[in-house]
Amino acid sequence: MTRAFAQHLGVLRAVLRRMFSSKLAGSLNILVIGIALSLPAGMYMLLQNAQGLVAQLSGTPQISLFLNMDAKTEDIDRLHKQLAQHPAVAGVEFVARAQALEQLKQGTGLSDLISGLQQNPLPDAFVVHPKPGDAQSLDALRGELAKLSKVSEAQLDSAWAYKLEALLKFGRLAVLILASLLSLALIAVTFNTIRLQILTQRDEIEVAKLIGATDGFIRRPFLYFGATQGLFGGIMAWLIVAASLLLLNRQLGALSQLYASQFTLHPLSFGDSLSLLLFSVYLGWLGAWLSVARHLSQIEPH
Amino acid sequence: MWLIYFFKMITFNQVHKRYPGGYEALKNVSFDIAEGEMVFLTGHSGAGKSTLLKLIAAIERPNSGSVLVNNQNIGALKGGALPYLRRNLGIIFQDHKLLFDRNVFDNVLLPLQICGFEHRESGKRVRAALDKVGLLKREKSNPIALSGGEQQRLCIARAIVNRPSILLADEPTGNLDAAYAREIMAIFNSFHQVGATLLISTHDESVLQDSGVRRLVLKEGVLQ
Repeated sequence: MTRAFAQHLGVLRAVLRRMFSSKLAGSLNILVIGIALSLPAGMYMLLQNAQGLVAQLSGTPQISLFLNMDAKTEDIDRLHKQLAQHPAVAGVEFVARAQALEQLKQGTGLSDLISGLQQNPLPDAFVVHPKPGDAQSLDALRGELAKLSKVSEAQLDSAWAYKLEALLKFGRLAVLILASLLSLALIAVTFNTIRLQILTQRDEIEVAKLIGATDGFIRRPFLYFGATQGLFGGIMAWLIVAASLLLLNRQLGALSQLYASQFTLHPLSFGDSLSLLLFSVYLGWLGAWLSVARHLSQIEPH
Repeated sequence: MWLIYFFKMITFNQVHKRYPGGYEALKNVSFDIAEGEMVFLTGHSGAGKSTLLKLIAAIERPNSGSVLVNNQNIGALKGGALPYLRRNLGIIFQDHKLLFDRNVFDNVLLPLQICGFEHRESGKRVRAALDKVGLLKREKSNPIALSGGEQQRLCIARAIVNRPSILLADEPTGNLDAAYAREIMAIFNSFHQVGATLLISTHDESVLQDSGVRRLVLKEGVLQ
């Protein structure tokens, strides 16, 4: 057991020595793999951030009910009771038209303009907090509330969030396609690297076969090389994504200050980082395996 | 006498070998080599000596007949068992097949790495093998810096480091002058004395003269 382990360690050491003996070629390969992987990984990270934003915003969907201008106090009381008893409604708030105007004055920089108005153009409104449900049931509730008497309009505030959600789904598909294509490219890069290595080590492979090396013994250094190169490529991709994030966040800080909000991009989570590394190791190994399977059988001693 | 035949190490039984293209290298060859025996294989070049050695190492397969090594039928051997057969053979190649990307020590180390020997144990064995062929002082050299005779001895060191029970040598004294050739034959004799089975292909008369060793003579693929 320890002997086999020592043997594997020895192979790994030899592989690392070989990888760093050709600094330029080796690092170019790692860079290519890193860039190829950083594209989908970076896009995935941006999507995750957008996803988080959407969840935050659409976490508490609201329905705004705007009443007719001629609604009287008893209509309002009646509606209030009706809404409070509705089984799909968790809570309801009344926003009087005067109150709404005051909020508008304070919340935006338009107080001068609003003071100039002859009369309050805003209607009375209810803010309805529905019980949690999917987009469809919320939409049904909105339609139902819109039909109540004295209600002129019902707006589902999170409608845009659902549209964004659909857009994100589209984005995820795009990332998936990109990731698949670039994974193929990564496999091809490793395949070719290993092919060249096998060709330059033709003599060694032939001699090793002649003096009793098993296929596993001959295959091992190439598989280790592919996996190690994949690992370094994955680390490179992670570094590229992390560095880009740093730059983006600095720029984003300036931008969000202008909008008086606090928004920063979150880095890849630990789990996602680990997945990235494991995936790139696997791809490198797979490329090497395919190459070895294809080329090693062609070398037979004669 | 029958005891010797009981411990047959190498057996050829009506072996035919025809290469693609129709060239018949071996025709109906049958012989036995007992365990611990030393045998010369002679004949003109092109008589089939190399082919015969390749059949023993399963580098080539017979078209008909059977080749048995240590009671294993080489023709019926599965691919996975092949490496383990070859670990029991030490082969000294006509073209040496040394690796010039590593030094003398590492060339001899290769068979031990393949068998998975422990680091310290294999270092000892490599030095012992190099000592036996007189190359201990050259362990750091690249084989390309060695003379033809030294390269041949390095090839022998690599073949014996794993202590195989059978040694096959293809023209081991081919391009060497008589003094070097005698040196190498002395090395082979010492292995014979410790019980290894040796099959040495040669057409070197100087080697053949001074020994009472059994000979297999091939002529155009037929055993004489």
